[in-house]
Amino acid sequence: MRSIPVSPEAGGGGAVLELERLAVTFATAGGEVSAATDVTLAVAGGECLGVVGESGAGKSQTFLAALGLLAANGRVRGSARFQGGELLGLAPAALDRVRGARIGVVFQDPLTSLTPHLTVGAQLTEVLRHHLQLTAAAARRRALTLLERVQLSDAQRRLGQYPHELSGGMRQRVMIAIAIACGPALLIADEPTTALDVTVQAQILRLLAELKRERAMAMVLITHDLGAVAGIADRVAVMRAGRLIETGPVASVLGAPREPYTRELLRSVAPVSAPASAPVAAAPVALALEEVSVAYPLRGGWLRRAATLRALSGVTLELAAGEALGVVGESGGGKSTLARAVLALLPLAAGRVVWLGRSLGTLTPRELRAARAGLQMVFQDPLGSLDPRMTVEEIVGEPLAVHRPGLEPAARRAAIATMLERVELGTSLLGRYPHELSGGQCQRVGIARAMILEPRLLVCDEPLSALDGPTQRQILALLAGLRRESALTLLFVSHNLALVRQLCERVLVLYLGRMMELGGTEQLYREPRHPYTQELIAAVPVADPAIQPARLARARPGEPPSPLAPPSGCVYRTRCPYAVARCAEQVPAWETVAEGGAGIACHRWRELSGA
Amino acid sequence: MLRYALRRIAVTVPTLLVIITLSFALERLAPGGPFDQEQTLTPAVRANLDRLYGLDRPFLVQYGRYLEALAHGDFGPSLSQRDFSVGELIRQGLPLSVTIGLAAVLLAILAGVPAGILAALARGRAGDHALTALAGLGIALPTFVTGPALALVFGLYLHWLPVAGWERGAPRYLVLPVVTLAIPVAAYLARLTRASLLEVLRTHYVLSARARGLGAARVLWHHALKPALLPVVSYLGPAMAFIVTGSLVIETVFALPGSGRYLVQGAIDRDYPLVLGMVIVYAAFTLTLNLAADLLYGWLDPGARHE
Repeated sequence: MRSIPVSPEAGGGGAVLELERLAVTFATAGGEVSAATDVTLAVAGGECLGVVGESGAGKSQTFLAALGLLAANGRVRGSARFQGGELLGLAPAALDRVRGARIGVVFQDPLTSLTPHLTVGAQLTEVLRHHLQLTAAAARRRALTLLERVQLSDAQRRLGQYPHELSGGMRQRVMIAIAIACGPALLIADEPTTALDVTVQAQILRLLAELKRERAMAMVLITHDLGAVAGIADRVAVMRAGRLIETGPVASVLGAPREPYTRELLRSVAPVSAPASAPVAAAPVALALEEVSVAYPLRGGWLRRAATLRALSGVTLELAAGEALGVVGESGGGKSTLARAVLALLPLAAGRVVWLGRSLGTLTPRELRAARAGLQMVFQDPLGSLDPRMTVEEIVGEPLAVHRPGLEPAARRAAIATMLERVELGTSLLGRYPHELSGGQCQRVGIARAMILEPRLLVCDEPLSALDGPTQRQILALLAGLRRESALTLLFVSHNLALVRQLCERVLVLYLGRMMELGGTEQLYREPRHPYTQELIAAVPVADPAIQPARLARARPGEPPSPLAPPSGCVYRTRCPYAVARCAEQVPAWETVAEGGAGIACHRWRELSGA
Repeated sequence: MLRYALRRIAVTVPTLLVIITLSFALERLAPGGPFDQEQTLTPAVRANLDRLYGLDRPFLVQYGRYLEALAHGDFGPSLSQRDFSVGELIRQGLPLSVTIGLAAVLLAILAGVPAGILAALARGRAGDHALTALAGLGIALPTFVTGPALALVFGLYLHWLPVAGWERGAPRYLVLPVVTLAIPVAAYLARLTRASLLEVLRTHYVLSARARGLGAARVLWHHALKPALLPVVSYLGPAMAFIVTGSLVIETVFALPGSGRYLVQGAIDRDYPLVLGMVIVYAAFTLTLNLAADLLYGWLDPGARHE
């Protein structure tokens, strides 16, 4: 047994939560499955313990077990003491006086973790009235104070709103308000920032760090994001396959990890320089977008006005053959719309997409179908983008059946086998169905399906966001390898700037459907010119506890406004710290600032960069 | 919520108009006419009859006249039951049919939904298996089998309830018909409720509510039940249609003087106004209850109001 003493530097007066030899098992049809084994750790008041590891490492189940929240087939052994009292085996009524009152929990997905049919106010006051026996009026007053404390804008109005009316970041603030409502001694945050945009992630982590400090709470931050841990944790516990493999102060675990596995986790988030810029100028233009706009008409009803959502406005750019362009920005920025517009998967409101000299909009359906063989896509949801009733062989072979129906069965099988090899999957998977594969394997099948026709353009729409850190790194290496082999032109959409940096030579920054900045990756990451690019880069978590807390403390507030009512002039001005009157009056024109199509749309970029 | 309600009501009116138009047209398109049945009429008598009832006029004129009369609440004369207007026939039978239908729906909800909740809470245990098996039986057996079987047991053997007939509205006579009609709907509702509640109990927001220490009862009533009832409410619409068609069988099995028999007899006799009147009344009944189900759905799911 490995015993981990409470760290002396925490100093918040003894352990709040102590797990001792905690083990979690699940009874399944195939026998007993272990989710966590022999977990012993402690968290002191005022201390934040970061618990890291890949999904399936048993991080969440360990703490759910301590709170008596395991699924019906789960079983827990060992000991979990909270403020000296044993939690395991406690009667439900006694446990319910601890949960929600003295221990607050924040879950990963703030949309699915708030009850959809209850207003924010109802869910917040419910906890206050239930645990603190407040009157309705007192609970409402307290709820308002709490929403203001978690910096939810327009708190009074939010009380009457339903979860679906709020953005992801706002919902997570509400979740945090509920979790801290009764002044808990311990806050357990289970992947609190995973589903959020990078800018909002930074805001939420900053809020959690502030709350921990001002309330001297103990905090457990369960996450796969080492950057989040570097930003707010005092100590780190690394879990793998249900076991605790390394614990220690954040500086030593992230700075000088003892275990090879911890080093591997760290490598997967280490900043990597962009690939050396390919000879872009020499290569011919493969793909050109000219003033492309996409609008989604929102259906009006009998008693409602119809509205138009401008998802993309005036996007103009050129991609050289063999080039990789990253498209970044927050959700709602138009990244996925751009990916679909390039493949002619949705109608353009204006402009045109020119592929190898021909405008896709002018092709006949038959010509477009033939052209699609050279234009392929990899989707975000690895499992959801594969037909559950088709085997791997059928999925990967389907494009051949459609575009090369004359192919001999033997030749087709050979092509499928070769393709699987290229995506590093064994031919033993040929007869498997998607649900029998891991997320990474599913995404490899998706890539094999896209690549089997040897396309010239591959559009990847958030291909990595559903995957774990190490798997992301492997898939990224695979895409880079395929590029080298096949002279592939790549359009890579991602909200993860660190991943884009590793793969792409150029990056396009979108905000509310408009181009903010376009430039070479290294230039853009080192000296971002546009204030929005600067905000995005500043929010990228860095797994270095020496600098990340200070970076978090500088996180800017604010979220994108509704794309249905974009601000006048420069759409970014409502969040821009440098906005002046002119920004509200005039839409900034696109300016080319360097060779190779680098450009920017900002009235003030010259004076701001000191030129 | 008010705007949602107005939208739903605004959709109901044109739906009813479409039903009236289609039924009117289909009836005229079907071969045969009201006076083709018994002895052959002389052409002169035939022409007189057609003129009397306006059947010699062009289709659109007949349709227009019918709508005009309908707007004044006049369903026209019955062609097969002389001296009675369709309105009078409907007024005779409808109250009983509506009473049976509504009582059956109410009973099905009151029995089926709690049974489904209990089964979900006892998931995997004996009570769950028993309820699920019973519900399967209730769905599988047709009402013309359960009806006589219940009459046999509770009427003939046990003498608890009358087997059939209708004595001036004594509620005892309604028990067996209502129960028979409610059984399949209750069984289906129970299964639907069970499956839906089990799904909701697995959601993150229920886990999150439990983590807030609200207690099992409060989590069930305040957080899980409303969303779990959404599919149940969606099924209430189709259930109404089942109850309406089912009541035709029930009224025959239990010899009840409801309005269902007019629909069957009217169709055989090509009694255009009678069939049309019945279709309109039943459609209005179904649409009204569907509307109620829609409004209930909107109340349960704030998201639906914005779609």
